[in-house]
Amino acid sequence: MEQFYGKSASNGIAIGRILVYAKDEQQVKRTRIEDVSGEITRYQLAKDCAIEQLKELYEVACKEVGEVNAGIFEVHQMMLEDEDYTDSVLNIIETQKLNAEYAVAKTGDTLSETFAAMDDDYFRARAIDVKDISERVINCLSGKKDTDIEGDEPVIIVANDLAPSETVQMNKDKLKGFVTELGSANSHTAILARTMNIPALIHVKMDASWNGKLSIIDGDKGVLILDPTDEVRKEYEAKYVAQKEKEELLKELKGKENKTQSGREIKLYANIGSVEDLGSVLQNDAGGIGLFRSEFLYLEKDTYPTEEEQFAAYKQALLSMAGKKVIIRTLDIGADKMASYFELEHEENPAMGYRAIRICLERVDVFKTQLRALYRASAYGNLSIMYPMIISVEEVRKIKAIVEEVKRELEEEGVTYGEVEQGIMIETPAAAMISDLLAKEVDFFSIGTNDLTQYTLAIDRQNSNLDAFYNPHHEAVLRMIQMVINNGHKEGIWVGICGELGADVSLTSRFIEMGIDELSVSPTSVLSVRKAIRETK
Amino acid sequence: MKQFKYIITDEVGIHARPAGVLVKEAKNYASKVTIEANGKTAEATKLLAIMTLGVKKDTEIVVTVDGEDEEVAASKLEQFFKENL
Repeated sequence: MEQFYGKSASNGIAIGRILVYAKDEQQVKRTRIEDVSGEITRYQLAKDCAIEQLKELYEVACKEVGEVNAGIFEVHQMMLEDEDYTDSVLNIIETQKLNAEYAVAKTGDTLSETFAAMDDDYFRARAIDVKDISERVINCLSGKKDTDIEGDEPVIIVANDLAPSETVQMNKDKLKGFVTELGSANSHTAILARTMNIPALIHVKMDASWNGKLSIIDGDKGVLILDPTDEVRKEYEAKYVAQKEKEELLKELKGKENKTQSGREIKLYANIGSVEDLGSVLQNDAGGIGLFRSEFLYLEKDTYPTEEEQFAAYKQALLSMAGKKVIIRTLDIGADKMASYFELEHEENPAMGYRAIRICLERVDVFKTQLRALYRASAYGNLSIMYPMIISVEEVRKIKAIVEEVKRELEEEGVTYGEVEQGIMIETPAAAMISDLLAKEVDFFSIGTNDLTQYTLAIDRQNSNLDAFYNPHHEAVLRMIQMVINNGHKEGIWVGICGELGADVSLTSRFIEMGIDELSVSPTSVLSVRKAIRETK
Repeated sequence: MKQFKYIITDEVGIHARPAGVLVKEAKNYASKVTIEANGKTAEATKLLAIMTLGVKKDTEIVVTVDGEDEEVAASKLEQFFKENL
């Protein structure tokens, strides 16, 4: 058994025999030509043929990986139609009297070198796109067909590098995963692999002698295992089965409604902690974001994040979700989740201390910066804002007054903003007990069950000595949830759950019976909760 | 001639897909649209030229619109940048 470490481009486990994929290097001959206009016609026909192929590829990719990711093949078409590209090819044919194949190859090489020399990973990775389109035209000129995997057994492809078009064209039934020596996690091939759920590694120094060997890709750890021992193989086979079961669930439930058998629809959203999680929200088909913890913006920095930095992150989230609901929770920081520049004092009991909205209401400038960024971003999608750790009606009124101030300032500056729903977290027993009063002040409630349980049961969840006493299904908590739902509905506002209990499928039908309108869970729990909703009468 | 400045907020900069959309957008106008960034200039109808400008996040670009429909084109393009980049 041998192990080779690379970099993961797409997670997951693949087990199979290796097929070393050797691209027949296009040996382009440089030949003199006499008939310039004939050669130009040859080029134009080949270009049309390549564009035709790219249109087909776009269609295929749309079905397999969605419109957004398929966009690269539209870009490829545009690259081929680009004036500078065409001018360069024609110029070589006309002035140097050389054949179309050479002119295209030369143009592709020059451009790809330009990209390869750029000082940014993303743009450097575009070199392969330019090469890819040029090779496509050359194949059209020589009448060569696109390559595909031969043989019937599904394989792990090992290659020096793969172009996005090669990845999409490969028969997915025969492709278990791929490993390349070159490439980047930013390449379109990597993006396509992730969208198609194919495990992939890059930066693994390959060897042609691996052909036919049994191997395992561990895309989570970024390792390729060659000739695994029986023990290792069994371990990975079990992981693979679990992964497949999850994928099946995904296939079965993706795009389905979150409707109970009697036809009640529950909003099912995802909880995320940073912009990086947006991909998995979409991949797991959540209907929106029910809890976007904004702390990451503060915790990853050495000083307060600026309005611009926050605006950019919120805007990105709203644009990625394309009109779906995005509920952003304002800063929930405190003595346990601390950023040193806040200069908070050490506390004996941080869970009950100076945190979240309590800090925001005292350090109004910090709060206003966040609210300004949020409202500015609201023009780009469907934003709701939610405030943490509320215990009184007065707090909510103070927040609303500050929000009005921020809105007025923006209006004076001529900045447009969208309609924003205002909600609060119900995570203290106090808020639950006065939820009838709070419901008159806001547009929605989201019950934070983690804190609500800890405060209601007076059990510190970090303390493992208390495990025996801790009952997440405690009747006291469930009764409080019921009370909050009833009080919310009396005032005509919607009520959701965004704590861990929301993902507990043994409670899903009970929550629905209680009248819950929304559940927000981690992205990876979305589909199992959807299943539980659909099984509820 | 109309001109405006814009600072890119997109995480990846002017990457392939929005560059493609920009080219399509720019082709709608009779005016000549040029983008200046990092000391280089590119015509907005030329995809590869735009991409090789290598415009990253936080880079300031200057967009120049020159031609008969420059008023409309400049305001539409400014909106385009705000929404997409």
